[in-house]
Amino acid sequence: MIYLNLIGILVIAVGFACRINTLLVVTVAGILTGLVSGMSLYEVLELFGKLFVENRYMTLAVVLITPVIGLLERNGLRERAEALIRRARGATAGTVIRYYCAIRQISAALGINIGGHAGAVRPIVAPMAEGAAHAKHGALPTKTTEAIRAHAAAAENVGNFFGEDVFIAVGAVLLMKGFFDTQKITVSVWSLALWGIPTAITAFALMAWRTRVLDRRISREVGVANEERKEEPT
Amino acid sequence: MTLLSLDVLYVIAGLMLTFVAARSARNFTHRHCIGTTSFWGALAVIFIFGNLLPAVVVGAILVWLAVLAAAKQVDAPSEPPVSAEKRSAAADRLGNRIFIPALAIPATAVLSTLIVTWIPLGKVQLFDPKNPTLAALGFGAIVALVLGLCITRSRPVIALNEGSRLIHTIGWALLLPQLLAALGGIFAKAGLGKVIADVVETAFPTQYPFVAVAVYCLGMALFTICLGNAFAAFPVITLGIGLPIVVHRHGGNPAIMAALGMLSGYCGTLLTPMAANFNLVPAILLELRDQNAVIKAQAPIAVVLLLANILILYLCVFRF
Repeated sequence: MIYLNLIGILVIAVGFACRINTLLVVTVAGILTGLVSGMSLYEVLELFGKLFVENRYMTLAVVLITPVIGLLERNGLRERAEALIRRARGATAGTVIRYYCAIRQISAALGINIGGHAGAVRPIVAPMAEGAAHAKHGALPTKTTEAIRAHAAAAENVGNFFGEDVFIAVGAVLLMKGFFDTQKITVSVWSLALWGIPTAITAFALMAWRTRVLDRRISREVGVANEERKEEPT
Repeated sequence: MTLLSLDVLYVIAGLMLTFVAARSARNFTHRHCIGTTSFWGALAVIFIFGNLLPAVVVGAILVWLAVLAAAKQVDAPSEPPVSAEKRSAAADRLGNRIFIPALAIPATAVLSTLIVTWIPLGKVQLFDPKNPTLAALGFGAIVALVLGLCITRSRPVIALNEGSRLIHTIGWALLLPQLLAALGGIFAKAGLGKVIADVVETAFPTQYPFVAVAVYCLGMALFTICLGNAFAAFPVITLGIGLPIVVHRHGGNPAIMAALGMLSGYCGTLLTPMAANFNLVPAILLELRDQNAVIKAQAPIAVVLLLANILILYLCVFRF
């Protein structure tokens, strides 16, 4: 029964679906996989411990960077970033969202984690984008407002995912490096990060395309809503 | 002789984690004080004494950490945050200078890696020869901290406090990449890659390089959609499809394959409600009626980007 080895994947899928603590799910998946492949509990724990110690450098970067980032946040790093984003005032909803995506992506690529759904999208980006559309078109239908907000959240995710991967000290690049180390394959973190750049540029181009579509959609939906309002009294 | 080896940095990080544990222990209002303190304390021990402890002890500690996290015994102590007015005042005072230390981290890392590669220093090495980039990054973090302290005119203890506040906020998720890499190692040892590779090779004509590349990227995306996490999909799919088929059979470049494979996984993250933090929570946060509205906004980007990834990978992986 060679397929029994796949039990670890099953544990992860079920565990994640049931929203059980990820740390526990991964640990159990590892131990079960080791056990069904014929190791004793002692050997599995030994292997797990050895691999964990070898991969310490993944957590290292985050731990070493936190004091300076914390210090800067205390001294208004986010507030200053907000000020930069606010310079996009007077633009269309699409421009605001595109501008935010660019800042998010570039800063993530440099290893600075500003932004976030709770930290930037809800308090700054979404209201600014809505405000821009409102200033240009007047009252907005609810579905249009919601489309603007959803695109602001999308810009956060796209900027974050496809910017971060270009920085060498984050989980993704280090996870790949650690994975290859356990397979005895030498790979440099620089090449892993640099090969993220073509996709990063494509992702931004796609976001730019979607925000243009959004601007057209706003004009169209506002136009339709105004037509309906005109027809109602008769 | 190495001036700044990874082992030195591990000890520094371990001391930082000890500080994190102490912050929780000294906070008497902290409800899960014992669990949280022992979590960060145990992690500090692994960082400082990792090479001296028997591996099986580290394994047992890992189980303990997972149990603590699952029992919800690890959380952030409540600390009054710095007021918004104070932060704004500091932001106005410092202006764009606030970005200097933040930019110093990657700048130092890049510059010192280049310098170390080009300038031989004889027998004395500045960084660990096995992992110069990470040592350079640690060095960058220290340089940035000194710059930050000078620019903000703060005492070092404030930086330590703020750092441990951040680590408390990240919580147990800090360990996830490290643990998943270890899981990948166990999967490899258990021969998981072979099993998946056999299944995939019987199902698809993977003798064609394009098919191999496409199956790898689509596999990453689909598996991420199922698991909601590209990091968890990466070791499984790379071990099962990437390494045996794209790298070993067709001679592809592992770095390019991994980078684009991971990014294909991210396309999956954009599409799945399983990645609740990124896709569902924002919908709630932004008060959207349709909880899948964010996914719908992302879908065209994710699909086109996935196809672009397959194309980029196919065009580059066998050439560089």
